[in-house]
Amino acid sequence: MSTASSGQGSPVRPFWSPVTAGVVLGLVLLLTFVVSGHGLGASGAFSHLVAWGAQLTTPEAAKGNGYLGPMLAEGHALDSWITWEVLGVGLGAAVAAFMAGRFKVQVEGCRTIGRTSRLVRALAGGMLAGFGARVSAGCTSGLGLSGAAVLSISAFVFLVLFFATGLLVHRFARGE
Amino acid sequence: MWPLNFGGMVSGLVCGFLFGFVLENAGFGSSTKLTAQFRLTDWSVFKVMFTAIVVAAAGLWLLRLAGLMRADAVFVPQALIVASAVGGALVGAGFALGGYCPGTSVVGLSSGRLDAAVFVVGLLLGTTLFAGLFDHGMRKLMSMGEVIDGDTVVDAYGIPEPLVLALLAAALVGIFILGGWYERRGRGPVTAAEVLDAPEANAAR
Repeated sequence: MSTASSGQGSPVRPFWSPVTAGVVLGLVLLLTFVVSGHGLGASGAFSHLVAWGAQLTTPEAAKGNGYLGPMLAEGHALDSWITWEVLGVGLGAAVAAFMAGRFKVQVEGCRTIGRTSRLVRALAGGMLAGFGARVSAGCTSGLGLSGAAVLSISAFVFLVLFFATGLLVHRFARGE
Repeated sequence: MWPLNFGGMVSGLVCGFLFGFVLENAGFGSSTKLTAQFRLTDWSVFKVMFTAIVVAAAGLWLLRLAGLMRADAVFVPQALIVASAVGGALVGAGFALGGYCPGTSVVGLSSGRLDAAVFVVGLLLGTTLFAGLFDHGMRKLMSMGEVIDGDTVVDAYGIPEPLVLALLAAALVGIFILGGWYERRGRGPVTAAEVLDAPEANAAR
């Protein structure tokens, strides 16, 4: 559990304990509620990005789409809080990874199933999660975490189904 | 009175920065560590999420009691049972199969993980597919099973807030006890050295 050395010789620091990470995450979430009036999120930024991309490539179809149209009418992706929040997530994670010697360009989880299978699964998993997060209007952070903190019914339903299905699918997709 | 309702770029960047910083330090930029939760050998995901939920929920309650936070001023998602259930199942399946959820895939990408980059491409494709199907059934599906009486368990079912918080705290203790038992029985939590294939990890195996 002490520091170990990565291939480049930079020290690899251990992860925080779940209690430390959980308490700090809870305080960050609380701060976010105080500052912005809502919780943390992630998937919303991808919706704004898709809307922006659709507007650039097929503007007529984007405007007429029942989901993307109203979102575009609300304003540009760069005007929305969630876009900047997700950029912040990327920055904060990069700083943490570099500080702890944990930045490494690699395909994770390909030891048993091979690189191609791992990437195909990552793509399929991303599609399922991207689609699902739109159906529930929020993902693990936006609905599960932030919603549960305000005791939302939707959040608890989401979390129960999220973990139950995850356990089930993991059994069928064994071999990581 | 709080909340301050800062909805701009700086507020987003700062809150997001802290969020990403904590998630990476928890080990949640690693698909190996994240999926170990579903293998039941590493309970960090449950432990961190539930601790954070209890801390934030209790904090919001205390801020309201102290008169610092306006009641009903924070955003609460609409109670839509069918949409939350279907979405939760799909995000859970995507997590188990792809190794990330939307937020943690951004953390993985920032840590140099190429599988996370591919997952992000999948997220964009899945979102595009959803937009394409929105007017063809999705809108209708999502409006099903709305809870009319309220959006929180306190409003809709009349459960007193302190009791809900106590139940959440009890669930948290249960997760730590059950998770600790599974972790001692199995190979234990995934370490940073293992994820990075550092020499110490290989020696420990």
